[in-house]
Amino acid sequence: MNIYISADILDQIQSHGENTYPNEGAGLMLGKEENSKRTIEKLLFLENAREEENQHNRYLITVEDMLWGEKEADRLNSSILGIFHSHPDHPNLPSEYDREFAIPWYSYLITSINNGKAAGSRCWRLRDDRLSFSEEIIQTLTIR
Amino acid sequence: MPTLKIPTPLRPYAEGHSTLNLPGQVVEEVLEGAVATYPLLKKHLFNDEGKLRPYVNIFLGEDNVNQLAGLKTLLSDADTLLIIPSIAGG
Repeated sequence: MNIYISADILDQIQSHGENTYPNEGAGLMLGKEENSKRTIEKLLFLENAREEENQHNRYLITVEDMLWGEKEADRLNSSILGIFHSHPDHPNLPSEYDREFAIPWYSYLITSINNGKAAGSRCWRLRDDRLSFSEEIIQTLTIR
Repeated sequence: MPTLKIPTPLRPYAEGHSTLNLPGQVVEEVLEGAVATYPLLKKHLFNDEGKLRPYVNIFLGEDNVNQLAGLKTLLSDADTLLIIPSIAGG
């Protein structure tokens, strides 16, 4: 499985993670899926709604923000394809907590932020059995 | 019959349907009808104890049913229920 993201959008995701460090940052990835090819076209940056003291290792996107995101996606003739979030000083692998709350089908892009600097992003999709994730390979597009 | 709108991530488990028309006088009956018709939906809506997963929110129009009578919220045939996920992780 591949997911296609422009270098600029990937850079925006990583900068967002750096800006929210040492807390986790998160948002929605909008785009299109055609013939099983997912392309991210726009980001919605959202507040981490977890309590301040837990934001270093937890994030929450409220149902109100999801409702807004769905309406934005409709307005843009787009779809919510997934969620991005950062792991401050942790690897860009899904945690057990990520798995527990993950929703199938969505792409989960995780960026590792080490000492305030982005150290790479990887993308994951929950398997149907909910027991583990499959990796989606990020294919970076250069827009000319 | 009330209508249940299925969000994009769950449509593969409902044979691709975006809306389902299901009998039920309360929210709970509509959800039970959905998982009875499409059993693959069940593990994504309910946990092993049969409770709604924490990320599953059911809206009746603009209102979260948790602010109404929860799963016992009464429905009319013209009502539309939405499943809106909230997203969490760490």
